[in-house]
Amino acid sequence: MPYDPSNPLQDRITDIGPRYFREFFPPVIEKNFGKWEYHEILEPGVLVHVAEGGDEVYTVRVGGCRLMSIEHIREICEIADKYCDGYLRFTTRNNIEFLVSDKSKVKPLIDDLNSRKFDAGSFKFPIGGTGSGITNIVHTQGWAHCHTPAIDASGVVKAVMDGLFEEFGSMNMPAPVRVSLACCLNMCGAVHCSDVAILGIHRKPPMIDAEWIDKLCELPLAIAACPTAAIKPAKSPGGLKSLEVNGERCMFCGNCYTMCAAMPLADEVGSGIAILVGGKLSNRISKPKFSKVVIPFIPNEPPRWPSTVAAVKNIIDVYAKDARKYERLGDWAERIGWERFFEKTQIPFTHHLIDDYRFAYTTWRQSTQFKF
Amino acid sequence: MGKHKTPMLDELESGPWPSFVSDIKQQAEKGKHILKEAPDDLLGVLEISYEDKVTHWKHGGIVGVFGYGGGIIGRYCDQPQQFPGVAHFHTVRVNQPSSKYYTTKFLRELCELWDRHGSGLTNMHGSTGDIVFLGTTTDHLEPLFYDLTHELNQDLGGSGSNLRTPECCLGKSRCEFACYDSQEACHQMTNAYQEELHRPAFPYKFKFKFDACPNGCVASIARSDMSVIGTWRDDIRINQEAVKAYAGGELKPNAGAHSSRDWGKFDIYAEVINLCPTNCMCWDGSKLEINNAECVRCMHCLNVMPRALRIGEDRGASILFGAKAPILEGAQMSTLTVPFMKMEPPFDELKELVEKVWDWWSEEGKNRERLGELIQRKSMQEFLRVIELEPDPRMVDEPRSNPYIFWKEKEVEGGWTRDIEIYRTKHPR
Repeated sequence: MPYDPSNPLQDRITDIGPRYFREFFPPVIEKNFGKWEYHEILEPGVLVHVAEGGDEVYTVRVGGCRLMSIEHIREICEIADKYCDGYLRFTTRNNIEFLVSDKSKVKPLIDDLNSRKFDAGSFKFPIGGTGSGITNIVHTQGWAHCHTPAIDASGVVKAVMDGLFEEFGSMNMPAPVRVSLACCLNMCGAVHCSDVAILGIHRKPPMIDAEWIDKLCELPLAIAACPTAAIKPAKSPGGLKSLEVNGERCMFCGNCYTMCAAMPLADEVGSGIAILVGGKLSNRISKPKFSKVVIPFIPNEPPRWPSTVAAVKNIIDVYAKDARKYERLGDWAERIGWERFFEKTQIPFTHHLIDDYRFAYTTWRQSTQFKF
Repeated sequence: MGKHKTPMLDELESGPWPSFVSDIKQQAEKGKHILKEAPDDLLGVLEISYEDKVTHWKHGGIVGVFGYGGGIIGRYCDQPQQFPGVAHFHTVRVNQPSSKYYTTKFLRELCELWDRHGSGLTNMHGSTGDIVFLGTTTDHLEPLFYDLTHELNQDLGGSGSNLRTPECCLGKSRCEFACYDSQEACHQMTNAYQEELHRPAFPYKFKFKFDACPNGCVASIARSDMSVIGTWRDDIRINQEAVKAYAGGELKPNAGAHSSRDWGKFDIYAEVINLCPTNCMCWDGSKLEINNAECVRCMHCLNVMPRALRIGEDRGASILFGAKAPILEGAQMSTLTVPFMKMEPPFDELKELVEKVWDWWSEEGKNRERLGELIQRKSMQEFLRVIELEPDPRMVDEPRSNPYIFWKEKEVEGGWTRDIEIYRTKHPR
């Protein structure tokens, strides 16, 4: 029975959850589930996994755009049908993996992927994103689909990945470098533990749509949403119930705007990018750690955000030259000391970078150990 | 040539990295999606955001499918006259299969479904892991949901103050480091809590993520209220011949992950033994010894020498709670709460644990307070009492340095009720 608009609840199916993942396993994956013995990265973007019984699966990893058309998905399917018996997977970082069990198919698959370009010239399926290289950027919606962003997402990612393209296709880094982007502090894509985080921030307190706010919002919720108690009741010029923001206390988190559409804070010059570095989330060698703000603000520069691209490249270049093998960006900064980090990267250290929020004291230096 | 002039976006078609602009244009030209104008108008509205440097999307209204409180996010453009194709442009979250393996048959069915009901644009995938159908109108939602469930046997994901779509690493399907079946755990926990996923009844969002080893490929420790991270508690298995082969340079260290650059000859002391965070390894040139009792399972030696070292055989997971992004009280990572739990289907122990957590959080949590913030507000001690766990030094980096202990009355001999007059008999005013 097709859907009947006059009786939408007829034959309703709910709460069935996702499809069972094992329906989608290539035979070699199903056969060797839980029996993998080791793996090797044969070249950037190409892995082999070997099972206890000797079976092999080859994976070719390619970068993808998170914002993807179904025409593009169909092209991916066409490739997977041709080389991979109709199987593929996506990674957590928006990459696509083509898996083959027959080694002889790897080279033709690679050649095919490399040959496919969009009409305007960019690669459709760049190969890479493995090992001690720079893999794809995880990101959020930005101006393409979100109401709270300070910056675009897909465009900044495209510009930065163009700048890092060679590193995506190679493994030159001392350790993996994870770059992430969130277009506002909500971080629907969490970036707070990334080697390099590109974060959209605001710098102007919300405006009050005074004659409308009481109609559009629950005022107490908006007041309660403020972590610094900067919002208080007020009267509009027309005498209606409204709100007032103490700009001195605003930390530009945008939480009030999330609760109340009549308090927009995005702005042409007020909103832009902060760069955070040195986070990680694996437990390898050192514990997971948060990224730290090292550049408080870079203006929005559409369409190609040149200052942001240059800032990210600079940090990564200095790190790549200076760090020891296996040292993540944050481990390197801690070893050399943050004073050296700012010296080597030539990033100015300003008052914005000293914490003054909760637990700020835990990040100040209580020691005479420092470097001149 | 598209419907709108997009000179700024056109600049994002150059350069080698795949251009989402080129892709949207390709959909606009060749696509058979029912909302014909959507890709062109999306480029149009994005172009004016590039000019204005501010978004043109408004807060979502309440849209959804009958009986569900999540899975659809309402979205409206603030320039509907200029861009009617995206005036209403709601997002549909489709719960991805564990670790995102697909057949082309299923992907094509999804594409056909989206051709019939939307813009032809997606996110593969959203931040929480869902397949995201990007942009449709309210009248398409019910038919889309009907076809999704009836034809594709597939459900929506979560949004709002509910259990968000759980996510996992690829686990045992293609990784030698997997300490439990993260995919099965993710699938079973998702299906066990469909009510919590589809009908928001929590103070705020709640996320599970399943990493099968401490390398943490799905970032559970940073972005899930409950992080389930694989581990083991017996000995690392050593293949001494393979260790020798690594030490002698016959095998590629770190599975070849550094091969684009000349780092010199592999040095097992400098690269493995001396980097061990607990100094629990010893290599005498022919035999590797590991003092497993001192190992903290950081994975470094296994990552560097995967053919020589393998995870132990008494496997399970560590359970951590409370990670979140900065909004509101600042970013938090998950705190180690259950050092070790066996992880076998049907995962009853894990379910029992999370249900205790939810009961407490639902009772005590304020509106929009994440679990990690509640634990901070009410204390780790209170959290442990609620989930009936004994304190363990593994739960902290160090004991408290302030002496402000909140003693309970029952812990103190004789309680707190005293008679001041009796006190005064010995200590006159």
